[in-house]
Amino acid sequence: MALKHVNAVVVGAGAGGGVVAKELATAGLSVVLLERGRWYSAADCRKDDLFNQRTQVLGAKFGPDEERDPRVLVDESGREMVVSPSDGGYSNNAACVGGGTFSYGAMAWRYMEKDFRMRSTYGAVEDSTLDDWPIAYSDLEPYYEKAEWEMGVSGDDSGNPFKAPRRKPLPMPPLAPNREYEVLHPAARRLGLHPFDIPMLRNTVPYNGRRACMRCRWCVGFACELSARTGTHNTVIPAALATGNCELRTGCMTREILLDSRARATGVAYFDAGGRLQEQPAGLVIVSGGAIESARLLLNSKHRLFPNGLGNRNGWVGRNLQSHSYSGANGLFEFETFDDLGPGASVAICDYNHGNPGLAGGALLANEFIRLPYQFMALVPPWISRWGSEHKDFVRTAYRRTMVVMGPVQEMPMFDARVQLDPKVKDYWGIPVARLSGTRHPHTIEVGRFIASKAEAWLKEAGAVETWKRVPSKSLSGGQHQAGTCRMGNDPQTSVVDASCRIHDVDNVYVIDASVHPTNGGFNPGLTILANAYRASGALLQAWKGKVRL
Amino acid sequence: MNNRRRSAKPALGRREFMGAGLAVAAGSAVSCSRSIEPGAGWRFFTAAEALAVEAICAQLIPADQDPGAREAGVVNFIDLQLSRRYKKHRGAYRQGIAAVDAAGRSKFGKPFVELTGERQIEVLNAVEEDSRPFFELILAHTRQGFYGDPRHGGNRNMASWKMVGLPYPPLRGREHYQG
Repeated sequence: MALKHVNAVVVGAGAGGGVVAKELATAGLSVVLLERGRWYSAADCRKDDLFNQRTQVLGAKFGPDEERDPRVLVDESGREMVVSPSDGGYSNNAACVGGGTFSYGAMAWRYMEKDFRMRSTYGAVEDSTLDDWPIAYSDLEPYYEKAEWEMGVSGDDSGNPFKAPRRKPLPMPPLAPNREYEVLHPAARRLGLHPFDIPMLRNTVPYNGRRACMRCRWCVGFACELSARTGTHNTVIPAALATGNCELRTGCMTREILLDSRARATGVAYFDAGGRLQEQPAGLVIVSGGAIESARLLLNSKHRLFPNGLGNRNGWVGRNLQSHSYSGANGLFEFETFDDLGPGASVAICDYNHGNPGLAGGALLANEFIRLPYQFMALVPPWISRWGSEHKDFVRTAYRRTMVVMGPVQEMPMFDARVQLDPKVKDYWGIPVARLSGTRHPHTIEVGRFIASKAEAWLKEAGAVETWKRVPSKSLSGGQHQAGTCRMGNDPQTSVVDASCRIHDVDNVYVIDASVHPTNGGFNPGLTILANAYRASGALLQAWKGKVRL
Repeated sequence: MNNRRRSAKPALGRREFMGAGLAVAAGSAVSCSRSIEPGAGWRFFTAAEALAVEAICAQLIPADQDPGAREAGVVNFIDLQLSRRYKKHRGAYRQGIAAVDAAGRSKFGKPFVELTGERQIEVLNAVEEDSRPFFELILAHTRQGFYGDPRHGGNRNMASWKMVGLPYPPLRGREHYQG
């Protein structure tokens, strides 16, 4: 039986969907926001170093469900495996209200002008679908500003000469420097680089009725017990609900977009928290499930006019799956660098995002988030025995004397890095699951090596007595920064949505999340997803007002 | 602020609490060399398997001036997780332990637990080569049980956290434990 008709149904309450729900509800539209995960609160802050969103050896704390949501991974050698959320290769992003923004580290980067014009800047890259965005930085700038001020960003990028022009500074100052900052900042200066304070969606002073960060060590991967770290769960989603126009339904797994005979959406079919199949009729459908789940939902929404899935007439849905290829270096020091001050990540440079000789793109470099003892296992250098006294002694003596500098290398999109539907495996609800396959582009790895060498040089200048590199592997890249699978473009032959994020040839279905990014910048994508969601919501409301008498 | 979580004791569910209590009780009875007594209520391991796993873990993270995996009760962590999240690894452990013992017998004519430390290391070097998947599994689990939160059954008395000089209890933020 169908539920009461609403103006819009938004699938996914993460970064994109949270903003859309708030913008539409504030404009007076009736909205249903569907989220497959739960709504956690700051009180759900179990400080568990083996069971959180960052370290998932005992499970992914903020979803998706370990048993109900398998995927299939096809590795480089063509071997197929059924994987669970906490397995490597699943490419997990959180499934909860707030999505990734509930438990992320909260870096709040604006992409640079060239990040929107990668093809024009660097030309064609062999075997890559590298392209420009259909919009420019200047189109997004007002919305970056809106996200920064409405949600609240702290930091100070005045020392970054490479940043794209901004009209307003950030609304909050940075946190006081931690010890890594005090060592790395002057070292970067000595190298002629341009260090500055990382912008973060994090209150450093009381803002929007929430408190300031208390600098605990339980940051990225954990719930913020003060709610000082900012996501859609503690900003736009409560604002959407406060309008009285938006209903949030958690534990709801969307099966497909319902279409009429002309392939116009009439709503969605979903399984509610009790497992009952429901139909939610709506005038607009907004897909905001993240790059893997959004693509999966379109592929699962078949129609006579779209036999291979909605918006997939030209076979582009699910293609170009990308993320970031983190590259950098670890450094061992003779003095203590660990001061137990969260969030840890504090100082960055953008000297190597662009203009690297012979290379397309690059990455920001920054010091890493604070580390718990178990996380230190990944920082033991390759020349130390993997077990026995030597390993233990290294952990004991080096835990407080190690720093990591790394950055999210912008990836060259690969047409064959993709999300498909698995022909056999179904999830708990009987819905075909995502099947992931493909590899990274060799040039991405080349850029990664370059970035790692620059991180190493920075650490050495800072006094590291030993350094060792972290370079990306060839395997498929997805995970928390997943993007690209429903490319935004002007040409329907080579993209899935238009510049307003509306699916080509479908009147009333939008994809608003990182799926639409043609390329993903050399930066954490959170703020760009939020800004683009504000922008796309504006366009959507304009179209809505043009068609409907309010 | 309230006092609710100021205690160093991690929050344990009832089952976890019972499990941890059991291991602590067993450990306190024989404080120096052995934390396991035959007949202790293991969830998955036989008493012999538990002894073998404990001996393997004790070589992977040995005691020195600080407690090692044996003293930190890592075998308790592994046994507990094999009845929960790591159920899927039960077969791997059963076969892996047998393989380690077989390697001990073929090299030195004795099961693993009866070998000297030096010979145990030699056997583990061979196991690392010949039974790679099991070796990786038990190494990862030993690290988790030693460096991870005590609420999961290992890291008794926060041994590893004390070793790296981490202020504890790490339950609240800085403003709380600086208070």
